[in-house]
Amino acid sequence: MSARFQAALHGARDTIPMLVGALPFGIIFGTLAVASGLSLGATLAMSLLVFAGSAQFIAVSLVASGAGLAVILLTTFIVNLRHMLYSASLLPFVRHLPQRWRVPLAFWLTDESYAVVQHHYHDAQTPMTHKHWYFLGSCLAMYSNWFACTLTGALLGHALPGMAGWGLDFAMVATFIGIVVPMLRTRPMLVAALVAAVVALVAHPLPYKLGLMLAALLGVAAGVVAERLNARERLEVADEQL
Amino acid sequence: MSSFEVALIAGMALITFGIRYVLFAAGHRVRFSPLVSQALGYVPVAVLTAIIVPAMVMPDGQRWQLSLDNAYLIGGLIAILIAARWRNLLATIGGGMLAFFLWRWLAQGLF
Repeated sequence: MSARFQAALHGARDTIPMLVGALPFGIIFGTLAVASGLSLGATLAMSLLVFAGSAQFIAVSLVASGAGLAVILLTTFIVNLRHMLYSASLLPFVRHLPQRWRVPLAFWLTDESYAVVQHHYHDAQTPMTHKHWYFLGSCLAMYSNWFACTLTGALLGHALPGMAGWGLDFAMVATFIGIVVPMLRTRPMLVAALVAAVVALVAHPLPYKLGLMLAALLGVAAGVVAERLNARERLEVADEQL
Repeated sequence: MSSFEVALIAGMALITFGIRYVLFAAGHRVRFSPLVSQALGYVPVAVLTAIIVPAMVMPDGQRWQLSLDNAYLIGGLIAILIAARWRNLLATIGGGMLAFFLWRWLAQGLF
């Protein structure tokens, strides 16, 4: 087995917990899309071509509520803006790759693969050479899983129309909790999370999910400020000890 | 597919890919200052928390439900405890889902 293939397999394997979390989410997307009046072809095409879980979710609920195309596209833009933050954080690791790598890796960049891949890039124990193959493996696992779940959900949606109310969307909440909580090891990280949480709740009534973006930006800013204050405090303690 | 569906999917696909690709496309022409690099470290925590907390507190997307019959809130809190104690993703998803469904089943009888 070549080292590249092994790295891709490793990436897919590390993504398995994310697949488990995305499974119910993808199935419920399929059922909801069909219930909101989208055709089977459009439902599958959306998962194949857009490949952005939360934006797809919001889009089909907007379709169901009769929103216009412009509103749905604007909402997609704002909900997905967070991916620009992800690509910014991964850019230092992929900028050496040719475009034929950067195009597909950008297309397949999701919350889940980002969480797995950025962790791997920051792991100094493994050599950098094949990390883009790991990235690719994680993406392919998420992509095929998402398509299979959408298909299952769309078919089940015809058979079991009440499925949308089962609460399967809680799987996404549990997955994200499992990603975030272990990262809250330092005080600035905790501050970033607390500020993001409070702003997300307070700003939730804002249109087009703008509250999400505002909460993310203020959370990031709060983390940076807390880190700087922390560093200064440590310097002062060191001064007193001298 | 209707023409609305074609426009919807083409539009969403272009917008999503554009957002994900624009910085990757620029490659070496983009360099981040130390401040931006430092800030990027807080992105996953801030974004994911901003998705999680409203989903727990307002599961219907409309009003706050800080009550015991809100299974999203209780299930989420239990998932947080599991994640903090064991730092294991699969255990958090499995335990959280189990707590969510059990609580919802119990709450239907109790409240």
